Amino acid sequence: MQFTRRTKKVALGANPELYGHCLQLYGQPPLESVSLVQFETFAVERLKLLKSVENLGVSYVKMSDDYQKKLSTELCSLNFPHRTSVEDKNQTGSTEYEKRRKDHISHFILRLAYCQTEDLRRWFIQQEMDLFRYRFSILSAKYKTEFLHRNNLKYDTISIEEKKTLKDELINSSYGISGATIAEQEFYRVPFQDALDLVRLRKVFLQAGYAYIPHQDIVTIVLNDFRTRLSKALALTARSLPAVQSDERLQPLLNHLSHAYVGQDYSFQKNIGKVSLEQIDPLSTTSFPLCMRQLHKALREQHHLRHGGRMQYGLFLKGVGLTLEQALQFWRAEFVKGKVDSEKFDKAYAYSIRHMFGKEGKRTDYTPYSCMKVILSNPPSQGDYHGCPFRHSDPELLKQKLQSYKISPGGLVQILDLVKGMHYQLACQKYFELTHSVEDAGFSLNHPNQYFTESQKLLGGGKELKKEVEPPQRGQEIAGSNAQSAPTQSPKVQALDKMGDLESFFLDE
Amino acid sequence: MPTSDYDPACLPDLLPLYYRRLFPFSQYYRWLTYGGVSKSYFQNREFSFTLKDDIYVRYQSFSTQNELEKEIQKMNPYKIDIGAVYSHRPSQHNTVKSGAFQALEKELVFDIDMTDYDDVRSCCSAADICSKCWTLMTIAIRILDRALREDFGFQHLLWVYSGRRGVHCWVCDEAARKLSVTARSAVAEYLSLVKGGEETVRKVVLSDPIHPFISQSLGVVENYFNKYAIVDQEVLASKESVDRVLSLLPEDVRKELLVHYQNEKNPVNRWGILTDLVNQKREMSSKKGGYFEKEIMLQYCYPRLDVNVSKGVNHLLKSPFSIHPKTGRVSVPIDVRNVDKFNPFEVPTIRQVLIVRFKISSNPKHGGPLGYSLLCEELDKSRADEEEDGIKNNETQSAERRKIRDYKRTSLAKYIKLFDQFLDAMAHTRKGEILKKSDLQKEF
Repeated sequence: MQFTRRTKKVALGANPELYGHCLQLYGQPPLESVSLVQFETFAVERLKLLKSVENLGVSYVKMSDDYQKKLSTELCSLNFPHRTSVEDKNQTGSTEYEKRRKDHISHFILRLAYCQTEDLRRWFIQQEMDLFRYRFSILSAKYKTEFLHRNNLKYDTISIEEKKTLKDELINSSYGISGATIAEQEFYRVPFQDALDLVRLRKVFLQAGYAYIPHQDIVTIVLNDFRTRLSKALALTARSLPAVQSDERLQPLLNHLSHAYVGQDYSFQKNIGKVSLEQIDPLSTTSFPLCMRQLHKALREQHHLRHGGRMQYGLFLKGVGLTLEQALQFWRAEFVKGKVDSEKFDKAYAYSIRHMFGKEGKRTDYTPYSCMKVILSNPPSQGDYHGCPFRHSDPELLKQKLQSYKISPGGLVQILDLVKGMHYQLACQKYFELTHSVEDAGFSLNHPNQYFTESQKLLGGGKELKKEVEPPQRGQEIAGSNAQSAPTQSPKVQALDKMGDLESFFLDE
Repeated sequence: MPTSDYDPACLPDLLPLYYRRLFPFSQYYRWLTYGGVSKSYFQNREFSFTLKDDIYVRYQSFSTQNELEKEIQKMNPYKIDIGAVYSHRPSQHNTVKSGAFQALEKELVFDIDMTDYDDVRSCCSAADICSKCWTLMTIAIRILDRALREDFGFQHLLWVYSGRRGVHCWVCDEAARKLSVTARSAVAEYLSLVKGGEETVRKVVLSDPIHPFISQSLGVVENYFNKYAIVDQEVLASKESVDRVLSLLPEDVRKELLVHYQNEKNPVNRWGILTDLVNQKREMSSKKGGYFEKEIMLQYCYPRLDVNVSKGVNHLLKSPFSIHPKTGRVSVPIDVRNVDKFNPFEVPTIRQVLIVRFKISSNPKHGGPLGYSLLCEELDKSRADEEEDGIKNNETQSAERRKIRDYKRTSLAKYIKLFDQFLDAMAHTRKGEILKKSDLQKEF
């Protein structure tokens, strides 16, 4: 593209080597010219794809059959390279070539939009990785090996003697490895730093700093490599961004793209000072999501919360509208009832509360945690009360707690079913519906502060009809799920099937 | 903790002596310079001090060993923490453009704290420890030391007693110091088996196949379980603790055991019945898993580490040879080869190391200014009595020699020796690396 400032140029027109494999690591940026229309189209379609990836990842277990089927449909409908074309080598005609070119260019455009902040980068990397994981896994062994060779991922294989010596350990380290598998497959010896995903879950045998990986699991290694490269590349891109942003044709589009993801992050407090401290106790039972209700209760009972809990709850309260002064008063009053005297509070805890509000240190105004963040990061351990109760609590204890909150037995069953299916946010939404006595929450829960706002709206009188466009997967998933949820309205229409104008697309958050 | 004659009020008087005469600055500097392989490694290291009245200062950094010594002897910190090696000198971080000041490297560290085991120990709680529950630390050290060495290939581990209720591990290999946040958290997760907070009853869940790491760790736990859990902690004695153990088992096993336990009161036998029953069930069942007795052992004994401590590259951790202000004990290295013999109550307090050396009265009242000058007199007197060699030394050399003599005679000596061995091993590895590199380059 014109602004990459590379002097080397590739001859225009089909270059068979450039797109010789349907999958790539996006090492080289595209060097050709692209029309503005194509630029926009490519970017928006890839964004749709990535958002689908995100939604599917929350609604289904990743890489399960349903997940794969739905993702496959998405790839087809959005015209991205897909499995069927791979196997048919004859199809490197213009259609398949076009798809791969689109894949390449659209990825690089989105890098521009998503390199700017830590949050955006993290989101982009996560979705691109999930997408890559799927696409790699559906390749046949032959194409997998070809991919490895094309991309210089050369790892040592272990000798037959070593396989024999380590046979038992290898069998016991990975699910699905039998004596036969060991004999048949190659095992690679990879430094553990290159196999972190497998190490983290203890799905691999480790010895002397090396992970022993069967060929069938090599995707995890590749993913690690993918993530590292992409992370570095995004950092580099961020540095050359000013030059790009000065191009006024591109600036509005790129801004739109990155805001479309972020949507409501509750960093801008709309109701500052509108909540008084006395209201917090009653609000915690009527309008707080379960995680915050649990934290509030623990705080009141123990007169203390550990760091994880203070962060999750403190930032939530900020999003609800507490001012810094109110927050300090709130926390101090509670802690002082416990083992902490006023002086110690000022020394040890006040600093971190001010930090939350962006008044200390590098003055980052921290945003309240979204459901994704609460569910996926920093799981609670002994002595902690943070996290997502639907994710982190023992089902038995969760059941007891919900019973004590007077949830009906029927509703309880629905919630527990959703929890078993790992649909934590849906379970929380069900909790919302049951505690507010409505059939349908009317929103797609992904943030604790959203729960609060919606609850207040409902209780404040009159449920506003939201102009909300949900991706079709949500509708289908509700219709198909086992939980007997209240019948929803017909699956919300996705008004974006056709490439409508940009504005309408970005209104869906 | 059983009382030693320690009173925190004595710190302002004793710390200056400790830092002047006993703190092993040259070994410390040798450690943190890592052979000078990386330029500015020591200069870019963050230290933090906790001073009197809980004043906390971060981003301390020093250019030389001398500067470090002088500053510590001036500030007499109650506590010293070590942080990361940054891209610039921490003391100048305000002058660096925001975003450019980054934590680059740090040792991989682990912090095992006894309070994390409160739900499974009956002898003590919170900050207290005793010889019965100390076994948990022994188990933790054995399991983690093996895994870090054999599974991850690390060689240079420094295990340190925190001074009160836990242990720290500093993994100092070059590869460890260069690990990213993601890598550190992956290592910590690999090593974590006990998961869940207040809301989780069954914190360990094992399924087939059992990973070699888990088998190895179980091997260690099994060595200690009978004495530690059944005998000392009496987990199968009282009704209350029996119920807690049984809550980890499926309903049918629990019911059957309760019946057996009405007739069998001996905890050792009770455990035998439990394991027999669970094994029977597992053999008869077609389902996978069912390793309930192993899960119990792990829940009661397996190391509980705080992933957040290990994950952050910029995380600050208490320095070895720092004093723990609440107990007065020195944070000393632990000899892993003799880990069963380590007794936290035998670790000297700051007062004890000074008493041993300077033969001051153990009357706490002698901690005041008068006592201090008495001490110095003692010191000068006994030094005069001990001219070892008649060689004329310049001033700095004699100060060094004095320091060497001083700590050799305190009970700190053996711990500093351990530290020296640790440093020698690292130096040896570095030499090996240099030889390897020059072989490859065919240099002479």
